[in-house]
Amino acid sequence: MIMSQAVVSESVAPVAMGWGDVLSQQLITGVSNGMIIAMIAIGYTMVYGIIELINFAHGDLCTLGSFLALTMVGALGMEAWAGMGGTAAVVTLLISSAVFCGALNWTIDRVAYRPLRGKPKLALLVSAIGCSFILVNIALFWGGLPMEVFGGGNQAAAPKDFPSLISNENLLGAQSAITVTWRDLFVVIVTVPLMIGLTWLVKSTRLGKAMRAVAQNPIAAALMGIDVNRVIGSTFLIGGALGGFASVIYALYNNTISFQMGYRTGMDAFTAAVLGGIGSLPGAVVGGIVIGLVRALSDGYIEARWTNSVVFGILILTLVFRPSGILGAKLREKV
Amino acid sequence: MSNNSPPVLLSVRGVSAGYGPSDVLHTVSLEVREREIVTLIGANGAGKSTTLMTISRIQKLRAGVIEFAGHNLASTPPDQVVGMGLAQVPEGRRIFPRLTVRENLEMGGFLRHDQAAMNRDLERVYALFPILKERDRQQGGTLSGGEQQMLAIGRALMSEPRMLMMDEPSMGIAPILVVRIFQAIKQLRDEGMTILLVEQNARAALRLADRGYVMETGSITLSGLGRELLDDRRVQEAYLGE
Repeated sequence: MIMSQAVVSESVAPVAMGWGDVLSQQLITGVSNGMIIAMIAIGYTMVYGIIELINFAHGDLCTLGSFLALTMVGALGMEAWAGMGGTAAVVTLLISSAVFCGALNWTIDRVAYRPLRGKPKLALLVSAIGCSFILVNIALFWGGLPMEVFGGGNQAAAPKDFPSLISNENLLGAQSAITVTWRDLFVVIVTVPLMIGLTWLVKSTRLGKAMRAVAQNPIAAALMGIDVNRVIGSTFLIGGALGGFASVIYALYNNTISFQMGYRTGMDAFTAAVLGGIGSLPGAVVGGIVIGLVRALSDGYIEARWTNSVVFGILILTLVFRPSGILGAKLREKV
Repeated sequence: MSNNSPPVLLSVRGVSAGYGPSDVLHTVSLEVREREIVTLIGANGAGKSTTLMTISRIQKLRAGVIEFAGHNLASTPPDQVVGMGLAQVPEGRRIFPRLTVRENLEMGGFLRHDQAAMNRDLERVYALFPILKERDRQQGGTLSGGEQQMLAIGRALMSEPRMLMMDEPSMGIAPILVVRIFQAIKQLRDEGMTILLVEQNARAALRLADRGYVMETGSITLSGLGRELLDDRRVQEAYLGE
C-alpha cells in the first residue's frame, strides 16, 4: 500500500526507539493519515446521507484532484517556489483542486445520477460504479500525457512523484526519536478548520438546514419550498470540494500519487464512513481517525501486508455487533 | 352555490396522473373557493393522496389543468407551489424526525425572509397548539402521533399559506387528539383559511366541510354540500357505515 511507505520511512529514526517512542510515532502517523481519510469519508457519508447512494466514484474523483495538482506543479514550475512562494503554491493547489473536484462531482450528479432519481436504487449504484471506471480511465490517460512531472508520459500507470513542497524536517529536532514534521502539522491545520466549517454550515446555515431536511424526508422538504435537486447538487459540490482538498493533502503528505490512489484511499474512506456510521458527519471523522490509527498500528506492530485484513476484520466485527456503526445510533444526524 | 359566492382559489380540471403504465387519477375535476372547507372522501387507495400530491406538483401531471389563484401550475416545480401560497400537510405527517420541533416549524417558513413576521406566526402556531411550545426543543421524532400531526399542521402554516391541503389528519391518532385537530381546522377556517381536507373519517369531515367530493378508483363520483352528502344514501352506505 502506498500509505504504508510513509510509515516505513518515518519509522527509520536516527536514534534507537523505545516502545513508547514507537507507539507515539505510530499514533502521530495514524492521526495524520486518518484526517486525510476522514476528509474523503465525509464525501461518501454526505452523499449517502442525502440520497442513500454509495458514490463509488468519489475516491477516483480525488485521484483526478491530485493529478490536476501535479499538472499545475509541472506547468507553473512550482517546484522552484520557495519560502512564502511555497505557501502560495500549496494554497493555490488546494483551492484549485477543491474547485475542480467540487465542480466535477456536481457535474457527475447532474449527468449520471439526477436522471435516475425515483428509479430503482440499483440503477443509481450501477451508474456510480460506471463513473468510477470512467474516472480511473481518465486518470490513466492523464498520467500518460507527455509532461515531465508524469515521467514523460511513457508509463501512464506508474506512480508519479509529487514534489516536496512542504518540509519533512523534524520539528522536534534531528536527534529526537519521535518525528513530527511540518507535513503532520499541515494536515491538521488544513483539515480541522474545514471540518469545523462544514459542521457550522450543516448546523447553522440555510443550505445546511435544507440539506438535513432533504436527508430526512425529501418529499416533505419539497413541500416546504426547498429545491431538492439543487440541495443534492450542493451536497455533491461540497463533498467533492473536500475530496479535492484531501487529494492535495494526500499528495503533499505522501509525495506520490497514482491512478489507483482513489481506489485504495477511497476504500479506506468508505470503510471509515461505514465504521463511523454512514450518514453521520462526526462518524466519518471518528471512523477516519480510527482507520488511520489501526493502519498505522498494524503496519508497525503486525506487518503491512496484514493491514487490510486487520482493517476489514475490525469493520466486520463492528458491523456484526453494532450494525449502525460507532456513531450511527438512533440520534445520528444524517448529512 | 349562489352567484355571489367567493371566487375560485383552486381549480382542478380533467386531471390524470399515475405511476408506471396505468393512470391512478382519471380526469379528476374539483374546485375550492376562498374561505371554504372542501373535503375529499373515499376509500383507501381511491386516489385522494395522489390528487393532493399532483396538485402540489410532486406527482407528475399526465393531462388536465391545475390553476391556483389564477396561475397555471402545469410547469411549476413543487418548491414554487408553496411560495404561491398553497401548502400541504402530507399523509403520514412527514415531519423531520431529527430536527427539533422549533426547527421543523422554521423549515415551514423556508422561503420567507421577514424574521419578525415569522416569529409572529411561530407564536400563532404555539397559541393554536400549546403542546408544541412546551416541546419546542425536543426532536420531532420523539413526539406522539397526535403531536406530530399538530407539528405538521403548524409547519405548513409557517409558510403563510392562502390555502391548506390536509391529508388524513386524523389517521392513527388518539380520539381525544382528533377532536383537538378538528377544532383547530375549524378555527383556521374562521380566521379565513381556505382548506381542502382529505379524510377517511367521512362523517367528521362532512360535518365540518362546506362542500364535499366523493372519490372512487381515481374518479370523482359524487359532489355536493357537506349536509347533502351526509344525507345521501349512497354515501351513508359506503362511507358512514349505516
